[in-house]
Amino acid sequence: MNEFAYAGEVTSRPRETPSLEELTDYVYFRRNVAGVQREWWQHRFGCELWFLADRDTRTNEVLRVELPREREPVTAHEPPVPETPAV
Amino acid sequence: MRLPPQPGEQVDRSRACVFTFEGKPVHAYAGDTIGSALFASGQRVFSRSFKYHRPRGLLCCSGSCANCMMTVDGTPNVRVCVEPPRPGAVVEPQNVLGSLDRDLLSIVDKVGRPFTPVGFYYRTMIRPRWLWPAYESFLRNVAGLGRVDKHRGRTTRFDAEHRRVDVLVVGGGRSGLAAAREAAARGDHVLLVDENARRHDDEPFEIVAPGRAVGIYEGGLVPVDAGSLLLRVRARHIVVATGTVEQPLVFPGNDLVGVMLPDGVRRLIRDFALRPGERAVIVAADDRALSVADDLTAAGVEVLEVADLRERDVARIEAKGRNGRVRQVLVDGEAVDCDLLVASGSPQPAYSLLAQAGARVSYDAGRGVFVPTELPPGVEAVGRVTGELGDLGPPRACYGDGGFVCVCEDVAVKDMKRAIAEGFDSIELAKRYTTVTMGPCQGRLCHLGAIRLYAHEQGTGEAAIGTTTARPPWAPVTLGLLAGRPHEPAKWTSIHHRHVEAGADVIWTGAWQRPHSYGDAPAEARNVHETVGVIDVSTLGKLLVAGPDATEFLERLYPNRYGDLKPGRVRYGVLSTDAGRIMDDGTVARLGDETFYVTTTSTGADGVLGWFEWWNAVWQLDVEVVNLTGGVAAVNVAGPRARDLLARLTSADVSSEGLKYLDARHGHVAGVPCLMLRIGFVGELGYELHFPSTYGEYLWDTLLERGADLGAKPFGLEAQRILRLEKQHIIVGQDTDSESNVLDAGMSWIAKLEKDDFVGKWALEHAKARGPRELLVGFEMANGTVPPEGGQVVRGGRLSGRITSARWSEQLGRAIGLAWVPPDLAEEDAGFEIRVDGRLESARVRLRPFFDPEGERLKA
Repeated sequence: MNEFAYAGEVTSRPRETPSLEELTDYVYFRRNVAGVQREWWQHRFGCELWFLADRDTRTNEVLRVELPREREPVTAHEPPVPETPAV
Repeated sequence: MRLPPQPGEQVDRSRACVFTFEGKPVHAYAGDTIGSALFASGQRVFSRSFKYHRPRGLLCCSGSCANCMMTVDGTPNVRVCVEPPRPGAVVEPQNVLGSLDRDLLSIVDKVGRPFTPVGFYYRTMIRPRWLWPAYESFLRNVAGLGRVDKHRGRTTRFDAEHRRVDVLVVGGGRSGLAAAREAAARGDHVLLVDENARRHDDEPFEIVAPGRAVGIYEGGLVPVDAGSLLLRVRARHIVVATGTVEQPLVFPGNDLVGVMLPDGVRRLIRDFALRPGERAVIVAADDRALSVADDLTAAGVEVLEVADLRERDVARIEAKGRNGRVRQVLVDGEAVDCDLLVASGSPQPAYSLLAQAGARVSYDAGRGVFVPTELPPGVEAVGRVTGELGDLGPPRACYGDGGFVCVCEDVAVKDMKRAIAEGFDSIELAKRYTTVTMGPCQGRLCHLGAIRLYAHEQGTGEAAIGTTTARPPWAPVTLGLLAGRPHEPAKWTSIHHRHVEAGADVIWTGAWQRPHSYGDAPAEARNVHETVGVIDVSTLGKLLVAGPDATEFLERLYPNRYGDLKPGRVRYGVLSTDAGRIMDDGTVARLGDETFYVTTTSTGADGVLGWFEWWNAVWQLDVEVVNLTGGVAAVNVAGPRARDLLARLTSADVSSEGLKYLDARHGHVAGVPCLMLRIGFVGELGYELHFPSTYGEYLWDTLLERGADLGAKPFGLEAQRILRLEKQHIIVGQDTDSESNVLDAGMSWIAKLEKDDFVGKWALEHAKARGPRELLVGFEMANGTVPPEGGQVVRGGRLSGRITSARWSEQLGRAIGLAWVPPDLAEEDAGFEIRVDGRLESARVRLRPFFDPEGERLKA
């Protein structure tokens, strides 16, 4: 259990109806860079705030954190599938 | 029998203890290991080998090899050569039928070897398939290591501790100690970890001994196994002083009892004052190993021959024995009668931790060992692990035809040759095929030997063969240590104790513990159909969504509309992801123009909260999401008498006109302020009461007491599951999976694709254009058989779908369920078969709810 939760790299949600290929890119594909990556994080066991971080994936160094601004391009982070049936 | 006191011996002869081995008492001194005490008592066979049940004796005496693994006080696979004895400890051999000295399974070695070549389990025991369970049970019984006693429970309490230091030194030999002292003198905070329990004098730094560094992970994390404590050490600087590992030579008879490595022999003499044999032969390739001759002589062992492989080009070595013990050694045909053969090749730097940290490893052809190079920043190597080993001579890959490359896994020379002949020409493939280096020693004693044999057989150099990837753990770790302290916090509702008092069968659902039933689930379901039942649904996620943009927020999140939902009304909602997958479901009640009360599933509550908050961070709408889950209890009152019961407890108008189906009202029930939602998951007239959880037990008690004459009784999850299945109401995660969308799940009415946008819209549009690949439908069985959940739908002999839910409905007198089937099967009355215990049972599709299809009872 970690205080801060990582929720994937920031990608951009299409502004208008995407083609199937664009949709698939947005939903399933990530750049997975070896280098500085813009990511979503949540202070999960704390104030529950969502924020953005620039992290170097090679060194794990977090270079910058900030709050999202209006109309920030968004990621398609998929929420976890619960392990047990939801009753 | 012990030697006279040795200088610096570890045993303290003034203190003794007794443990039992194979039921007989064994005396040990303080400072002994179980292994040394057994050796002193005359025991020579310490284990039976993995595959062939060959007798094996002490080899390394340093906790590396598998030769001395026994079960100690029920804990299997303990290396007794480094395990301190405890008074009264019960030590038993493992992997034997009978005793160590007379193991009935050694027949495998005598008659089975021609039939168990390398990889035999890939090509024998394949047919017939129905015998697989028998094969498995047979193999598990004859092969392998110790057994875990499944009924033993927890005996050791494992804990973890985080440590931060300036310098971590791994290895307490001369170089490690020097490095630690130097760092401590600089004023650094130093932690030294040593595998040996050896006493350390006062040092100006902390020492963990015995402790084993398990690996070097990302970010310089070094987990240290300190018995029942796992230290998670993060150091600015890591000094690796792991020294070397002596390498066995490969020759016929190299696994006989009495063939030992020089340091093991030295330990027996110096630390435990034991005479390792009477007559010895030494074959080695470095000064340190050869100098064991002096120790042996001093201990009164007759050293008959010393062969220095650097000076003498020995081609053949063979050890012959009787009953698995060395009797004679032939060096290039020259026979010497002896009972101890001390043999080793070049000592191999123990570079694994360095390689895990990112160091490169290259072959030093002149000395015949792999040495670490190009260390990553923050990691330093000192001492013999760096390759400073003096004058070495690379030994041959094998001396003669035969012998074991890997004693842990019983991988013989011919197995490796056969693997090469079959095309497993890379060392990584050989590892996976023959399991060489994959045994308990983790390659410490066989990695180099295997590479050498490959280089020899293929006519290439060791450098070309390369090493296999070094991965943690470098030392074996008990699973309990990794699992840590038992930590399964349960969530209980405010009414939980009432369930327990009522004798409920409590089960885990996610992090919650909930009543499965109160003893008789079918009767509980019947009671809901006939009178009135109450169920604790406080586990539902409950979110308040409020603000000027609340409507817009929900319109964007849900596939259906909320803008036209009138205050005081409730609507079912299914959350989709942008992939179109069903994420969660629940109800949305509009409490006011800008206020909504959203319920989620019990296990989905945290995920939905995070999902809402995240989209709010993205959209930056003027809306707040407040999690009320813990503070609000909820009880569902359901059944034809539910209204009668409620009317007794409230002055609010609960008539069929005053509180219509899908209405939401505030009101007091038994004096408790409640939000009443008239909804019906279980298919009967029902009210979901949401109220401050402090009143949980009070309202629960009141409902049951005041409803007693109406027939009010509690019902559990199992009854709820039967009841909802009669209505074909889905459970997210039970009837849906990561591929399910609302269209295929039979809820296309919920997806308002004409809306401008909502999460999941585009995926659903594409799914609609593509058409369904499978659909979720209800079914009933021709006879009363209840098929297994997860069972197969079969049509025309072909697998064509799966069962997600199935129950016996007493109300209907039928076995019913939900299943995913191909679209052309999703028609009323379509027939298919379901595999039940190997038989095929007939079923028919039912597209409408089994019970009350028009919802008359629900809306009454």
